[in-house]
Amino acid sequence: MTFSPQLEARFAKILQSYPEGKKRSAVVPLLIYAQDETGAVTQELVEEVAKRCEVPALQVDEVVGYYSMLHRKPQGKYHVQVCTNISCLLVGGMELYEHACKKLGIGHKQTTADGLISLEEVECMGACSWAPAVEINYDFHHNVTADKLDQLIDGLRKAQ
Amino acid sequence: MSELVKLTINGRAIEAEKGTLLIEVARQNGVEVPAFCYHEGLSLQAACRMCLVEVEKTPKLQVGCTLPVAEGMVVHTESDTVVKARKGTLEFLLTNHPLDCPVCDKGGECELQDMVFRYGAGESRFVERKVHTPEKQWSPVVFFDAPRCILCYRCVRVCNEGMGVGALGIGNRGVIAEIVPNKHDHLECDECGACIDICPVGALTSGSYRYKTRPWEMEHVGTVCTHCADGCKTTLGVRDGEIMRGNNRDRSGINGEFLCIKGRYAFDFVNHAERLQSPMLRTGETFEPISWSLAFEMIAGKFSAVKARGGSFGVIGSNHTTNEENYFLQKFARQGLGTKNIDHHRTGDLTTFFDALSGKQNVLATAGDLYTAKAVLVVGTDLSQQHPLLANQIRSNVRHHAAHVYTVTEGPVREDNQATSSVRAQKGCEMVGLETLRDKLKVEANLVIVFGDSVQGEGLRKLVAFGDSLGIPVKYICLVDYSNSRGAFDMGLVPRDGGLSREQMLATESLDVLWVVGANPLKSGSLKSTNAFVVVQDMFMTETALHADLVLPAASAYEKTGTVTNVCGEVQKLKQAAKVMGAKTDLEIMGSIAKEMGLNLGIWLPGKVQQEIRSTVRGYSVPLPILDGGNAIPTQPLNGRVAAIPGAIASSGDTLFTSGSLTKYSKVLNSVMEAPGALYKGQDR
Amino acid sequence: MPKHLFNEPSPLETKVLSRRFGLENSESLDTYLANDGFKAFLKAREMSPEQIIEEVKTSALRGRGGAGFPTGLKWSFVPRTSPKPKYIVVNADESEPGTCKDRLLIEYDPHQLIEGILIAGLAMDSHKGYIYIRGEYRYLIEKMNVALDEAYARGYLGKNIAGTGFDFDLYTHSGAGAYECGEETALLDSLEGKRGIPRMKPPFPAVAGAWASPTLLNNVETFSAIPTIILNGGQKFLELGIPKNGGTRLLCLSGHINKPGVYEVPLGYPMLKAIYDIGGGIPGGKKLKAVVPGGSSCPILRADECDVSMDYDSIAKIGSMMGSGGMVILDETTDMVKFALRIMRFYAHESCGWCIPCREGTTWLKKILQRFDDGGGRTEDIDMLGELSKNMLGRTFCALGDAAAMPTISIVEKFRADFEKRLAMQQASELVGIHV
Repeated sequence: MTFSPQLEARFAKILQSYPEGKKRSAVVPLLIYAQDETGAVTQELVEEVAKRCEVPALQVDEVVGYYSMLHRKPQGKYHVQVCTNISCLLVGGMELYEHACKKLGIGHKQTTADGLISLEEVECMGACSWAPAVEINYDFHHNVTADKLDQLIDGLRKAQ
Repeated sequence: MSELVKLTINGRAIEAEKGTLLIEVARQNGVEVPAFCYHEGLSLQAACRMCLVEVEKTPKLQVGCTLPVAEGMVVHTESDTVVKARKGTLEFLLTNHPLDCPVCDKGGECELQDMVFRYGAGESRFVERKVHTPEKQWSPVVFFDAPRCILCYRCVRVCNEGMGVGALGIGNRGVIAEIVPNKHDHLECDECGACIDICPVGALTSGSYRYKTRPWEMEHVGTVCTHCADGCKTTLGVRDGEIMRGNNRDRSGINGEFLCIKGRYAFDFVNHAERLQSPMLRTGETFEPISWSLAFEMIAGKFSAVKARGGSFGVIGSNHTTNEENYFLQKFARQGLGTKNIDHHRTGDLTTFFDALSGKQNVLATAGDLYTAKAVLVVGTDLSQQHPLLANQIRSNVRHHAAHVYTVTEGPVREDNQATSSVRAQKGCEMVGLETLRDKLKVEANLVIVFGDSVQGEGLRKLVAFGDSLGIPVKYICLVDYSNSRGAFDMGLVPRDGGLSREQMLATESLDVLWVVGANPLKSGSLKSTNAFVVVQDMFMTETALHADLVLPAASAYEKTGTVTNVCGEVQKLKQAAKVMGAKTDLEIMGSIAKEMGLNLGIWLPGKVQQEIRSTVRGYSVPLPILDGGNAIPTQPLNGRVAAIPGAIASSGDTLFTSGSLTKYSKVLNSVMEAPGALYKGQDR
Repeated sequence: MPKHLFNEPSPLETKVLSRRFGLENSESLDTYLANDGFKAFLKAREMSPEQIIEEVKTSALRGRGGAGFPTGLKWSFVPRTSPKPKYIVVNADESEPGTCKDRLLIEYDPHQLIEGILIAGLAMDSHKGYIYIRGEYRYLIEKMNVALDEAYARGYLGKNIAGTGFDFDLYTHSGAGAYECGEETALLDSLEGKRGIPRMKPPFPAVAGAWASPTLLNNVETFSAIPTIILNGGQKFLELGIPKNGGTRLLCLSGHINKPGVYEVPLGYPMLKAIYDIGGGIPGGKKLKAVVPGGSSCPILRADECDVSMDYDSIAKIGSMMGSGGMVILDETTDMVKFALRIMRFYAHESCGWCIPCREGTTWLKKILQRFDDGGGRTEDIDMLGELSKNMLGRTFCALGDAAAMPTISIVEKFRADFEKRLAMQQASELVGIHV
């Protein structure tokens, strides 16, 4: 499997950061960084990571199933994650999530027909004092209102 | 002996070795602390929380399976708090577990069922929806029903730690966590079924047994596996004379719980549709069934006539028939027919082995020695493929005692994964590789050397000389292929005193009679004596049987009693499990022919022949009560010079998924995708 | 106000760890160096490991991740003279609902964290460290990497640090979404490339941690407090707080509060003062109903219990925990059924599944609460919620089971009326044939 030169450089750096003979430690970082580029954890990626980290593919499979950010199916180009955990819940996070569902016409872990946007109701993302919070891919958005979310989503669509 | 501590369990004062796990101490003292995830010999998990116990002066309940006993500990294993906790945990477990015990394959021998019976949680407070996922088939052998799984991880550990395969893992997390196979939707593994037998519930079930019967409808007959030479005990579940399953859950025998695919599932040849059910007489190009009495009459007539005119006999015995049958056969040949031409397919150079070791004491290793030796050297064999139990003993030894393993093999083998050093050497050139290990080996406390058929003749003598030169106690195992290969040699199915070897019998043009008992020499060879009268005793129409004038349907090892000797020279008793219509044991067949010929070779009952073996065959005077109790007894080594015997020695090169001529008739061996397994395929990664 | 701060600082704060937050380019090494940066490291280099650990002990610094274990004591458990390599691992897997402080420490003062780690390295004779950052904080991983690169480039990491002859390598390591990896042994399994399943203890990480080597694991905030402690002395840090509860901590105010934000206050700060003076009270002048004192795992406090000093011991005395500093304020309108449900949904989602009581218990409780919230509640459910929670409490493999049980037990006990009110509404609506 080939990745971009930047990702290869990152992989090289990661793989040498662990003690000798402990390449398995790179499994989670390799998967998550590679997933950003490949769009999903494909079986090919599992086997590639297994090869690079010198572990049986099954051990990589076990890891993929465990971590909630690793996904086997592609998400939208923009993955909208709305937190509804307690701090967000108290200040309208749930309503915001429901608004997002309505606005996008999709539900939890679903993707719009054009493949542009996917939605996920997520657990606490560490933005409790600036709730409700939304993370789009890796970008945090704080104190998000329904209007602000509309603007964000419209912006994503316009960017296309 | 390490330090003893005094503790109290349920009011009883107990002394135990310091640091022993509480669950073990309790069990040794007759107190059962329930557990799902704890399994003796496997790593600790502390996951099921069933073994929680109350320890005075500690605020929380303690986990019995990870708690080392200490001086003055006061433990309650059945206090109200403990019982309530267990009931609570069972109630949690049952929330998603299907409550359909009457139709579950595990019903009647399910540990969860037993536990609920003991601790209650009889009334369900769970009124929510259960999560259902459909059952999956991972291989012809293994089925998985996720909702029944209680995630005790026994299967994962037995596959990884026990078998050294690591084909099972854990997928997802939380309440949807489940056991997953190594190839996403299917398994590629040893297909040994250890995961199924170790499963406390009905989550893992076997393709061959599931939904066929109930455990209480079967008789459980502990006998010896008839495939490879390791001599595993397999407990056959028998209903109405038919074998339904094989396992060894009572951990008796030299193999404990261990069995490979052959020991657990490849009993299925017994009821193969092509089993011969009556004597078959050649008429031109075809065979016709005839009666047993006519068959005996014809054979006796022919044998007597050839004997009377001083004609030439060739007798080829079996690697699978019992010691009693082999003994009777060689007696029949030598005394009854007056021939020295007797042999069997020799798969290891036992002649040179015993000769090279003559005069030495304590040099023959048992299967148990492989588990306790400080170091093991594997030479010229793919042990995991050909001798799965011996390989398992070594793995367990590494796991439990940190033994050192060395391998000198042609290609990669599974033992490499645990080896201190691995050396590659062409077959027959192992000595060069061995020398490179000398410095490491000579500082080991003791050593067992296991070697295959590439070490024979002079090579074998050199190996023993190498062992002698290390200056440490060394024991040996000379590998042979089949369930009674060793016994066939010991009983004298070899051409001593100038008799013809198997190859010579086939090559000569002057044979008048060829009598083959449970062997298939014509599978790859041909018979030069085209006019010879050929009698074959077998279960199936083998390549050899197809050349016969008369074929007699023989019973398999699972249909007879008697004794067999494993690769390490340990003798064990067979018990009759199955009954197959039409077949007779080889002993009965031979006895009947002898009677018909008017020969007096003694009474042909297994017990009577065994008595004779005990008094006449060196090393076989074993204590009967121990043998009858289902134990393995090492036979004493021949301890004098052994005369050379002509003939070829070669292993058949069977794998985990083949068993010589029997392979063809085992549905399970042919159904798994790994079959036919290749030697040295380095499949572990 | 500097534009990059998430919330306006409060004049009532005692800014120690966060004192550089408002500075221009606070994350840069230059800013750090111009404001006491690496002075503590140089001072520590002149101290013996025992002296460093003693100083940390004197400060009465307690773990800021949630458990509150005395840091100096933890440091003293690591066998410094072991021939094995020793590792420093930073827990930046900040995932406890209500908690958002480590983010700021990494974003605005990464070099303070680096210096704290280096001092720990000196004390442990360790030369390698990993900062385990939750996957969702990708932007912080990148920011931390920039800080690491800068420190390497300027000789504050790598070989012969600042000419002292001390070597230390520091790396970031990304998580990938798992609350359980905040548990220190699960974090280590995750760092080793495995599923984040907690380990059996003993052995503790101090003896056999990362790759079976002695490992010191602390929270971001804990390490970030070290430079101050070494530079100004443990005694001075201790005196910021109260006995046995040294220093300051970052308080994350969220929920029904006028000025939500992260504020640094001394240990022993009165909770009501934090809510009303720093946080500006409750929006709309509503009454206080309850407070989650330190992240969702803590037993909840009723309004009448909130007149309490915020230190580990005082909060423990009233049956809850100081926790992670994530303080969630609930006003009188809060529906405790929904609140309990959301908490249990979280724990059911995050249970690793290893042990039976947590795996099955959290999901069962979630299902009951969901049914209750959906209008299918039964009177017996209320007691059952408490009973089932107690069947998990103290019986699970790790603390996640307790973390799920404790808030639930406290909510059911303290706010039973909310559940009964729901049942009454349900009955009423059934009478008139409307489904709520």
